[in-house]
Amino acid sequence: MTTVSTPTGPETPVLPVGPPRRRRSRHRPAWQEKPTVVGSIAKGVTLAIICLAVLFPLYTVVLTSLSTQPTITAAGGLVTVPGEVTFAAYRQILAGGIVTRATLVSIGITAVGTLLSTTVSVLCAYGLSRPSSLLHRPILFVLIITMFFSAGMIPTYLLVSGLGLIDSYWSLILPGAVSAFNVLILRNFFMGIDSAITEAARIDGAGDWRILGTIVLPMSKAVVAVVALFYGVGYWNAFFNAMLYINDNAKWPLQLVLRSYVLQGVTLPGSGAGQVDVATGAVTGLPVKMAVMVLAVVPILMIYPFVQRHFTKGVIFGAVKG
Amino acid sequence: MTLTTASAPPTPQPTASGPRPSPPAYRKVSLRARFRRDRSLILMTLPALLLLGVFAYVPMAGNVIAWQDYSPYVGIIESPFIAWDNFARVLTSPAFLHAVQNTLVITAFQLVFFFPIPIFLALLLNSVLTPAIRTTIQSIVYLPHFFSWVLVVTIFQQMFGGAGLVNQILTQNGWGSFDLMTNPDTFLLLITSQSVWKDAGWGIIIFLAALSTVDPALYEASVMDGASRWRRMWHITLPALRPVIILLLILRLGDSLTVGFEQLILQRGAVGAQVSEVIDTFVYYQGVINGDWGFATAAGLMKGVISLLLVLGANKLAHLFGEAGVYQKS
Repeated sequence: MTTVSTPTGPETPVLPVGPPRRRRSRHRPAWQEKPTVVGSIAKGVTLAIICLAVLFPLYTVVLTSLSTQPTITAAGGLVTVPGEVTFAAYRQILAGGIVTRATLVSIGITAVGTLLSTTVSVLCAYGLSRPSSLLHRPILFVLIITMFFSAGMIPTYLLVSGLGLIDSYWSLILPGAVSAFNVLILRNFFMGIDSAITEAARIDGAGDWRILGTIVLPMSKAVVAVVALFYGVGYWNAFFNAMLYINDNAKWPLQLVLRSYVLQGVTLPGSGAGQVDVATGAVTGLPVKMAVMVLAVVPILMIYPFVQRHFTKGVIFGAVKG
Repeated sequence: MTLTTASAPPTPQPTASGPRPSPPAYRKVSLRARFRRDRSLILMTLPALLLLGVFAYVPMAGNVIAWQDYSPYVGIIESPFIAWDNFARVLTSPAFLHAVQNTLVITAFQLVFFFPIPIFLALLLNSVLTPAIRTTIQSIVYLPHFFSWVLVVTIFQQMFGGAGLVNQILTQNGWGSFDLMTNPDTFLLLITSQSVWKDAGWGIIIFLAALSTVDPALYEASVMDGASRWRRMWHITLPALRPVIILLLILRLGDSLTVGFEQLILQRGAVGAQVSEVIDTFVYYQGVINGDWGFATAAGLMKGVISLLLVLGANKLAHLFGEAGVYQKS
């Protein structure tokens, strides 16, 4: 969270400009003319504003969730200047009750779903990665059709309810478990692996399972990590499927709790926020609301830095361009 | 996304260069031998096929209720067929036509005010020379893409809503009040800003990738010939981006009937259906909430088919203009 609460870091990009006597920036190619002072300042200011636009709301939300009631009252609502710090809001929502349970539900669904989706997708992608293999064309076709034509919300809903999955956590995992797009990202990468390596293993007697496990997967850690992130973020962020399939609000995932309690302002019974004073409810509940928002984004912020460096052109561009 | 893969051509190539295994060799292998050779590969695709079969293809067949007077108590088998009645009802429903209109207005608005932003951002970021600064900015602007729509809408509410920061500052200073979240007149602006905040940063990734493939020698040579900064942009940088821009335009065109369903359904209550009802939310409310299953399915199915035709049509168009498009015949 420290990265979020310090928006002052990246807002001052030092551009390759300076007093005329300064040496040419070592990053500027020899042929490129020196940037004008006005141009550099305009660029720096624009970029700083863009970064602030992303970071400032996050900073305010985190700061308010950590502020004491007097600080919030003094600010008249959201806090922008740091004051007294307290973790009371987090203690309150994590001491049991709906938010705690919703967090655990979300963590469980994300963990199980990501594992299932990534495994199934890696297997499918490898199964389709040898251009001459039997049946790979029809299977690929079956896969790709789902990208261009989706069955629609109502038939899917009727199917899920027909399978008796209403109010089951599986309804949040199975219907969207395989994304053809992610399979194609993986397949594209697997096909780029030099076939000399896999052929050598095959001559040495390794089967396809062995080749996948001991050669292909270790070479594809980055792309598998990115695909797992895509799936994981999808599961963590989903709320509409729960709106459709989960009627029992004791089973709600965190995003749906965030929607009801924070966005729509419904006071959830037994959420540990029951003591919100009705008259001043908006202000008293504020740090708790902000803490729920922070909770909804913390896992992403924790995983993001590790996977973000793999967002290379190869992974993304290859996927989109096919 | 090429539909066809680079598989072995059926005709033997007489001038196969090098010791590459000749494709015809595969053709001689019997089907049984090929099955034995590839059975683990086929087995690996089975879990995915099973999931897609159940959760993508069965519902596709389930669209049959668009032609039925479907009732969940009777079931698909027993429900009576009523030919094209549902489709006729959809097409004559003012609410549906209004939803289509809203959808198209939002798509058009976002095409003008969202689509170019990642291109500008990418050009701007590409001109930042220090790698450390560039990477930092990239990490920051990509981040909101990974936030949920609930969170993004909630953040906007906390900034621009009735109890939000902007209103807080305005009222504290006695400058009147401000609530962007419930104002139908500015709704288009609101959802576009939300989309820009969430996804414009992520959108630059593909343009940066395209920019990185430009040979620096081109710039160097053009400088030698006296090309200015703007001429280099016009004659080297933008042509390098053209295939990507066209590709994304095609994808956007094919998706033009799909506009931020999650984003809109979250805000429909606050701002009203008049401006926020789009085809997808219409399907949800008519089907799941009102229980008019056949009617909603017919509306959803029409949308799905038209979207498919739009993708195929846009791709054809790209081919006519000599671009690669989304997929191509080999």
